[in-house]
Amino acid sequence: MNNAEAVRTTLRDALAADDRTLLMGEDIGARGNVFLLTKGLQEEFGSERVLDTPLAEAGIIGVAIGLAMEGMRPIAEIQFADFIYPAFNQIVGEAAKVRYRSNGDYTCPLVIRTPYGGGVRGALSHSVSVEALFYHVPGLKIVVPSFPSDIKGLLNAAIADPDPVLVFEHKKTYRSIKGEVSEGYYTIEIGKADVKRPGDQLTVVSYGLYVHQALAAAERLAGENVSVEVIDLRSIRPMDRETILTSVKKTRKLLVIHEDNTFGGVGAEISAMVMEKAFFELDAPVGRLCGPDVPAMGYALALEEEFMISTDRMVEEMRALVAF
Amino acid sequence: MEPGALAADPARVKDPALLLAMLRNMLLQRAVDTRGFQLNRQGKIPIAMGSEGHEAVQAGTGFAFERGRDSLWVYYRNTGVVLAAGLTLESLFRSQFARATDTSGGRQIINHVSDRARGIASLSSIIATQCTHAVGAAYAYRLRRESDRVAICTFGEGATSEGEWHEAMNFATVLHVPVVFVCENNRWAISTPQRKQMANEHIAERAAGYGMEGVTVDGFDPVAVYDAVRAARAKAVNGGGPTLIEAKCYRFLSHTTDDDDRTYRPREDVEKERTNDPLPRFEERLIDAGVIDRAGVDALRAEILAEVNAMTDRIENEPSPTGADLYGNVYEGRHEPWR
Repeated sequence: MNNAEAVRTTLRDALAADDRTLLMGEDIGARGNVFLLTKGLQEEFGSERVLDTPLAEAGIIGVAIGLAMEGMRPIAEIQFADFIYPAFNQIVGEAAKVRYRSNGDYTCPLVIRTPYGGGVRGALSHSVSVEALFYHVPGLKIVVPSFPSDIKGLLNAAIADPDPVLVFEHKKTYRSIKGEVSEGYYTIEIGKADVKRPGDQLTVVSYGLYVHQALAAAERLAGENVSVEVIDLRSIRPMDRETILTSVKKTRKLLVIHEDNTFGGVGAEISAMVMEKAFFELDAPVGRLCGPDVPAMGYALALEEEFMISTDRMVEEMRALVAF
Repeated sequence: MEPGALAADPARVKDPALLLAMLRNMLLQRAVDTRGFQLNRQGKIPIAMGSEGHEAVQAGTGFAFERGRDSLWVYYRNTGVVLAAGLTLESLFRSQFARATDTSGGRQIINHVSDRARGIASLSSIIATQCTHAVGAAYAYRLRRESDRVAICTFGEGATSEGEWHEAMNFATVLHVPVVFVCENNRWAISTPQRKQMANEHIAERAAGYGMEGVTVDGFDPVAVYDAVRAARAKAVNGGGPTLIEAKCYRFLSHTTDDDDRTYRPREDVEKERTNDPLPRFEERLIDAGVIDRAGVDALRAEILAEVNAMTDRIENEPSPTGADLYGNVYEGRHEPWR
């Protein structure tokens, strides 16, 4: 199945398995979500549990927090990650702190799903990556699954989690990425990265759409007898320090690739962490191949292509770092 | 309309025990607030914030709350509401002193108390954020067919300028949930008077914009507020949806001990409002109605002062959190701080 089907079937099974769960968001009912991810779910579970909300993101998340504090398991959707900003107050100021500020008396078992990312001609307000705005915040968990099997396992884990979890889904992978998904309920532990391809000359850490491109780049380099290990981070917070460090100590070189801006991005934290924990294991400076320092990708094709990192560029960067 | 114009007939509430409980709550509120200011001036607590002028609206709201059923989504100036809803006096003093056993573990600033077992929800200081939470709680009752439960939500008039407040009102009527909104309109948001906050004279007018019923009551009259909240509550449990109640009161004190209201409002205005002080007014009403006599009121005051004194001494000597307490309850289970 593809990533979109993985999201839909996992949400469907969650609604069927637990009366406390509900979906809420803009256009998720009759329309079945703008990417058709929730198609058919309102017919099956009714308009109370698959709730079409008013067009108000802070309200969606605020109402979801109230539901979570009262023992429900809301799964809220923000239609595009670009629209999450009005809800920043509720996510950072409220959801992330409910457990902390009540010393564990109240909890906020809330899932917020949202499609993010570019390469789809979405321009300034339908393409952004927002993970760096949230990964700074203790109290939140963030997952970015990019394979159908990971989507099922991590979305299930997010729904079962007693704390707020943001699930970022790269919209370009919804129908372009397919894969096997095991039958039956399972979870994947939040905070565990996955080595998608073993190698010994360079560690590449990535997530989202670029994991798939990094794997293609590593495959090409294999033809040149260059061995690249590709780690899919999968969870941004908590972050799997051990898998990264184990790999870096083996390959002695690290390249972080993500779509979000370089400055203050997830790669900055990974780089700092490797400097602190494995400085003497490194044979080359840590490399970052990340989004350019501009507000967003443009609508014109050339402006989108300039922002996005091609597989060719990944091959070049990987080759250069291996040769360092 | 002038405060008092909608004053309820005390005879409408027949139960003398309830009237006395309200009076006690109002006296206790003021005693706790006064003690907070004294402790701050003594350098024993970093900040205090009083609700003087809010005693009536808070007693009326807090006693309309049904213990064991309803949930309460308050803001920071709500000592009377939470006490009336069942929060213990210990909890309030532990909050003032930031003790280890405070409901937030000494993390939250004064009066940010919660008690899940009693339905008193955890709050932040961020204005109006609790309003959508109350709608969510009420929607949970609807989903679970818990038809005898209501979410009661309080806020000041300044909160009604926030976008999230408007989103909460809209969600409440669109979802048609059992929630009662109570605006404690004390006419000042720190230094900003109501006329700089909005063009409306009455907060209750705003309800019409959401297809909601809006009611303005005299917030210096606990019985009027109690009646209004009970009526809204009854409507909500009968499937009638949300109500916005505006209780007009006044903030007699500065915003907090860190504020000085002499810099932005004339003393005469405050003194004029003081003539409407809900406490002596309610005492007189209960004496006139024969519910209590002057000696009884004096004895009640003395009893409350003794209780507050004893509680002050007890909680002052309780342990504070230690530095290690900073790290717990970030997530469920053990959290390994990133370092």
